[in-house]
Amino acid sequence: MGLNECTLVELTEKLRIGEITTSDIIRDIESAITQDEGNKYPLNAYTSFDIESIEKEIKSQNKKEDTLLKGVPIAIKDIINVMDTPTTCGSGILKDYISPYDATAIKNLRKNGGVPAGKLNMDEFAMGSSNENSYFGVVRNPHDRKKIPGGSSGGAAAAVSANLAVAALASDTGGSIRQPASMCGIFGIKPTYGRVSRFGLIAYASSFDQIGPITNTVMDGAILLDAVSGYDPKDSTSANEKVPCFRDFVGKGLGGLRIGIPEEYFGEGLNSEVRDIVERGIKILSEANASVKRIALKYTRYAIACYYIIATAEASSNLARFDGIRYGTRFVDTEDLETLYRENRNIGFGDEVKRRILLGTFALSSGYYDAYYLKAQRARTLIREDFKEAFREVDIIVTPVSPIAAWDIGELIDDPLQMYLSDVYTVPVNLAGLPAASVPCGKTKDRLPVGVQLIADHFNEADIFRVARIIEEGEKGAE
Amino acid sequence: MSFEAVIGLEIHIQLNTQTKTFCSCSTSFGDKPNSHTCPVCLGLPGALPVFNEQALNKGIMAGLALKCEVAEFSIFARKNYFYPDLPKSYQISQYESPLNKGGYVLINDDEGKKRKVGITRAHLEEDAGKLIHDENPKGPSFVDFNRCGVPLLEIVTEPDIRTPDEAYRFLQAIKEMMQYTEVSECNMEKGELRVDVNISMRNFGDQGFGVKQEIKNMNSFANVKRALEYEVKRQTKILRSGQKLIQQTRLFDVSKSATVPMRMKEEAHDYRYFPDPDLVPVTLTHDQIERIQNSLPELPQNKRERLKKQYNLTDYDVEVLCSSHKLANYFEAAANGYKSPKKIANWILSELIRVLNERRIEIDDCKVTPTKLRDLFDLMDSKVISGKIAKAVFDDMVESGQSASEIVEKKGLKQVTDRAEIVKVIVETIEENEKVVRDYRDGKKKVFGFLVGKVMQKTHGKASPKLVNEILREKLES
Ligand SMILES: [Zn+2]
Repeated sequence: MGLNECTLVELTEKLRIGEITTSDIIRDIESAITQDEGNKYPLNAYTSFDIESIEKEIKSQNKKEDTLLKGVPIAIKDIINVMDTPTTCGSGILKDYISPYDATAIKNLRKNGGVPAGKLNMDEFAMGSSNENSYFGVVRNPHDRKKIPGGSSGGAAAAVSANLAVAALASDTGGSIRQPASMCGIFGIKPTYGRVSRFGLIAYASSFDQIGPITNTVMDGAILLDAVSGYDPKDSTSANEKVPCFRDFVGKGLGGLRIGIPEEYFGEGLNSEVRDIVERGIKILSEANASVKRIALKYTRYAIACYYIIATAEASSNLARFDGIRYGTRFVDTEDLETLYRENRNIGFGDEVKRRILLGTFALSSGYYDAYYLKAQRARTLIREDFKEAFREVDIIVTPVSPIAAWDIGELIDDPLQMYLSDVYTVPVNLAGLPAASVPCGKTKDRLPVGVQLIADHFNEADIFRVARIIEEGEKGAE
Repeated sequence: MSFEAVIGLEIHIQLNTQTKTFCSCSTSFGDKPNSHTCPVCLGLPGALPVFNEQALNKGIMAGLALKCEVAEFSIFARKNYFYPDLPKSYQISQYESPLNKGGYVLINDDEGKKRKVGITRAHLEEDAGKLIHDENPKGPSFVDFNRCGVPLLEIVTEPDIRTPDEAYRFLQAIKEMMQYTEVSECNMEKGELRVDVNISMRNFGDQGFGVKQEIKNMNSFANVKRALEYEVKRQTKILRSGQKLIQQTRLFDVSKSATVPMRMKEEAHDYRYFPDPDLVPVTLTHDQIERIQNSLPELPQNKRERLKKQYNLTDYDVEVLCSSHKLANYFEAAANGYKSPKKIANWILSELIRVLNERRIEIDDCKVTPTKLRDLFDLMDSKVISGKIAKAVFDDMVESGQSASEIVEKKGLKQVTDRAEIVKVIVETIEENEKVVRDYRDGKKKVFGFLVGKVMQKTHGKASPKLVNEILREKLES
């Protein structure tokens, strides 16, 4: 077994006793990547994996103290700034951009002995649910290379799932960690909004974006989240909340835990195979002494519309800075300012990004602001209240992650509305700022992985880790 | 038909904070371009703003001075537009919930009567960078982001101003207030105070509004006044001729002393304001606001009235002294406990202001502190030096920073009050000017002054003029 196939727990132990070095792990990862590149359909999980700069990172790693990660290499979604490395956001407009600074999450990772190693492919500016919107090309699903890996963190999910990375840091705006984790059969958690600093995370939709881990096991997820969480004075929306030690909750029993099943998440549109798998997950939990209760989240049906108005509105403003004036790629040589703006953005951005910028610009335009943006904000409040109400009665809400398993590459690319609708179970969580994870729970007849979503109240990731570990164990037992 | 002008102002004032509004870069002026920048103020991908508390406190202070209601809940909004000096392509400002609302400033109208100018709002925002164009119009343009992110307060008035002179006085009052409260230094040369005006004309007595013209970005009060005077004439002429005005944005061309239409697209800008999701709302408690209210220094109007009464000064004295709180404070520090404060006021208004102007320095940079000025007055009062010598000593103090007594000692400027010594010089003088003395004794009394001058000359101005007069008369009459 290659070191690239080991868990963080195994690797940190091997590193601790001095059996291996970080370079050994990198060597195994590199050879796995090289092998994958020889495949007829390479996964295309990385936007850059530069051995020279990784060697530099290894040399400068934190060896002064006994750290949590002890030198384990962590792959980074290419939306998070890592100093002196390309940070492209999967976009042509940033294809040559080298970041001059570290995101706070990366600083925390380094402090805890993690070594940033390689940047992962993604939908351009995290806009997409299939990873087909990258300037660097489509990412494939390791379980079936004709299928999408999910998005926008498709590169992260594919790499971790195929052992081209031992673990990854990604970001989730409307399901971008959970949905690809589900489709690639691995663990991914979006923490509470404010838990991990957004400083240095390139903004798609500021009031939704959150950094989180994608890992092979629940325990690995807890370890990585432990390494990057915490209040950051450089992010005004970062929460000054105590961070519990998440790994202490992995393996704790469920005695007395209350599970909520919202009927709105099991209605029309949910694929029956997916439903069966999620119900199996619920059964594992009730067998582990959790009490199961039906609940209602009655404003769920407004979530998609609400999300796509607010997120695109924020995006239209967040992405305005990519004008080719100060940094990034300048595609046109002109003396006319307006031509420069227009052509640069026209050439630099892909179709989905342009679609969302237009959508958001429209929603904020005078005359439409009240009808769209303001109304969506009101709906957002209702959705938040909905969850608040529910968490008076239950500790964890269990739902599907995506109504369907991974679909074929190209299948929905010309049907953006259908693609948006596939986010129906993940976006309410971002609207409410709640923590939620996807845990693998089984496979369809076609051997495509399906995860269940575990949603907790604000800052209660601990219960998610408890429950996730039970499902992970139960599911392994069933296989 | 007679018309009256309806004028409203928008004033941008730079808050004097150490660091920028949303990052820790310095606000220092005049340094190497782009030397005060960071990922935040350069708008690099992923960078986030954190609001500067000092800017908030200055903003509240300004609001209180303007008699505004300070909001316990206010929010930052993004104003979206593209321009090369705006790195994020949006400016962080305040829109729907500004920090300060509904205040007023009292000014004198053209008849000298008190009149209220309403303040609609005074909100916080960040400045943009500065474009520097090559001399060659075909050449490149450069951007200096040192100013980008520097905190500004935008004060918007109600359309309560009626004449260019009122506008001038209003601006003067605002500037004084901001300086008194140390909210801003309002240094116009550094662009720390910029004015946009809105002006329309209407038939005298009407309540409605005419077609408004906006004149943007003026950085001198005199220009604001001249631009308004020009507009009043221009608009009146157009209206008299029966033509209609179209709403326009104009610029004041200093060389022509006229306003000219701004070259820009006529389409209305849609800034797509929305609350900035990167920043949390600014929430203030009643106590916080009250604490700042209690620390509010005395404002110009109150200071003028108090100084006038307390020190027995004239309207003119307090008008000039209080035009700068630093000057007023200097006066008080020097005059405090002194028997004739008016003398000190006179000295400040003539001698001190003269040297400040000559040397182009601020009062803070003047080496003569109020205590040192008092020492000089003490030397005069105790007749150690004469008033005339005092002026020379003062100039020396400004130059060297030494105390008056040091200078008097070093240069031997002590007034000669020794009777015998003066008598000796006078006797000499009489002997040397026999003819003049004869003239005097023959009744040509006006040569007396000439003889006094001779005596003073011989004593290098140090002889006590009083004694010289007394003794000389005595000797001539005898
Ligand atoms: Zn800065």
